[in-house]
Amino acid sequence: MAVQRLRFTFPTDLIKEPVIYLIGQQFEVITNIRMADVDDRTGWVILELEGEADEIARSVAWAESRGVRVDPITGDVIEG
Amino acid sequence: MTYAQNLRCRECSRDYPLAALHVCDFCFGPLEVLYDDEGIRNSVSREAIASRPANLWRYREFLPCDADSAINIGAGFTPLIHAKNLGKALGLPNLYIKNDTANPTWSFKDRVVAIASSRARELGYEKLACASTGNLANSVSAHAAAAGMEAVVVIPNDLEAGKVLGSSIYSPTLVKVAGNYDAVNRLCAELAGTRNWAFVNVNVRPYYAEGSKTLGFEVAEQLGWRAPDHCVVPIASGSLFVKILKGLNEFAKAGLIDPPKTRMSGAQATGCSPVATAWAEGSMNFRPQRPDTIAKSLAIGNPADGYYSLVQLKETNGACASVSDDEIVAGMKLLAETEGIFAETAGGVTIASVKQLAAAGRIDPDELVVAFITGAGFKTAEAVADTLGPALEIDATVESFEAAYQDREGVPA
Repeated sequence: MAVQRLRFTFPTDLIKEPVIYLIGQQFEVITNIRMADVDDRTGWVILELEGEADEIARSVAWAESRGVRVDPITGDVIEG
Repeated sequence: MTYAQNLRCRECSRDYPLAALHVCDFCFGPLEVLYDDEGIRNSVSREAIASRPANLWRYREFLPCDADSAINIGAGFTPLIHAKNLGKALGLPNLYIKNDTANPTWSFKDRVVAIASSRARELGYEKLACASTGNLANSVSAHAAAAGMEAVVVIPNDLEAGKVLGSSIYSPTLVKVAGNYDAVNRLCAELAGTRNWAFVNVNVRPYYAEGSKTLGFEVAEQLGWRAPDHCVVPIASGSLFVKILKGLNEFAKAGLIDPPKTRMSGAQATGCSPVATAWAEGSMNFRPQRPDTIAKSLAIGNPADGYYSLVQLKETNGACASVSDDEIVAGMKLLAETEGIFAETAGGVTIASVKQLAAAGRIDPDELVVAFITGAGFKTAEAVADTLGPALEIDATVESFEAAYQDREGVPA
C-alpha cells in the first residue's frame, strides 16, 4: 500500500462535480481531504490517496482526464 | 559542530527533529532549520570568518551540518565584481555582479548540494538523487563522485548537450525521461516518495535550501561587511530568492552587519513567469504554468517557494520582471561584451531584467545593486550559437589576413 498527498485544483466547470466521491467509488483508493479552499468559481483540495500505487495512478489519471489539475503538494520536484 | 537545533514549520511553527523531513505533517507547510542564534552570536566574528579558506564552509556556524566532515569540492566564495561597463550601459554606476559561474560545476547549485549531500551522509544515506533540468544534476553527480556515493539523476530528454555531458562525466546513473514537463515532474515526485534515497531537493530540502543563503553571506562580506541596497535574483523555485535575504538577516542577527534594508527584485522568463505574473496582477496567489522558454534552469511552473517570493517582493518593496527569449539572448551577449562573463540563459534573464527594471525606474541609480549570475554559458551554448559573428577565414599568409581584416563589416582597420 502507498500513500500520496496531492493538490487537486478544480476549474469552474467542475466545481459542482463530486470528483472526490467518484474516485472513492470507481477506484480501490481511500480518499482523505486534509485541507481545502473551494468557492463558487474555483477551488483546491489537498487529498491523501491510499491504495496500491497503480490504482492511485489510475485514479489520478482519471481525475486529470476530467480536467482537474494535479500537483505534488510541495510544488515542482524538478529543479534547474 | 553545528548550531542547528531542530526543524520548524514555516506556517504553524511545529517543531521536528533534524531528520530527512521537508513538509509539516499537519499543515503541509515547508520545514526550515532553526539555529541557536545566541550560540552563533557568541562564537562568530568577522575576523574568524575572514581567516578561513575561500569556500562556503567559512560560514560554518550558520550551516546545518558539521563542516569538518563535509563533502567539500570547493563550492562558494565566488567573485563579486563592480560591473562598471555594464553599469554604464544600464545607467547603474553601483552595479555589482555576483559571478556564481565560478563554482566547481559552474552553477550556484554547488552551494545547495554541498549542504544537502553532507547532511544526507550524516543521516546515513548512501544514494543521492534529484530531478533536474541540468545544473542540479551536474552538481549532485559531482558531489556524489567526490563522496563515493551513488548518484541517480533524472532529467528530461530534451536538455542542452552541455548540461547532459556535465552530469555524465561523473558517471551517475543518468535517467533521461521522455514526456512533457508535467510527466517528468510527476514521475520524480513518485520516485521521491517510494525510494529510500536522499533526494536533495525533496526529503532533505530544509538543509539543501540553507546553501543558498551563503550567497547573502558572501556578498555582505565582499562588500566590506554591509548589505546591498538592492538585489536582482532569478526566480525558479523561489528558494534562492528567499534565502539570500535570510542570509543577510542572519548576519545582522549575529552582529556581523547592520540590519539590512535590502530591496529584493526577481527575474523570470516570460515563458515561465508564475511569480512575475502574480506580482504584475497584484496577487499573492500564483497560478502554475507549463514552461516554454529557453531558460530551462528557471523553467519551474509550480514553484515551491512562489508564495514566499511574492511575500518578500512586497515586504522589501521589490519588483519582478519577465523577459522574452530574445531579451534573454541579448542579456547574455550584453554581459559577455561588457564584463567578460559568459552566463547561461538564466544569467541572460537576470541581466535583461536589470535592464528592464532600471528603464522602468524600479531601480534607483544611486542604489548599490547586486545581480546574481547563477550558471555558466557553455551549458547553454545553443541559445546564442546562431547569433554570434563568424570568424575571419583566411589562408596562412599576411596578405590574406590583411585582406580579411580590412573587409570586416563595420570594424575600422
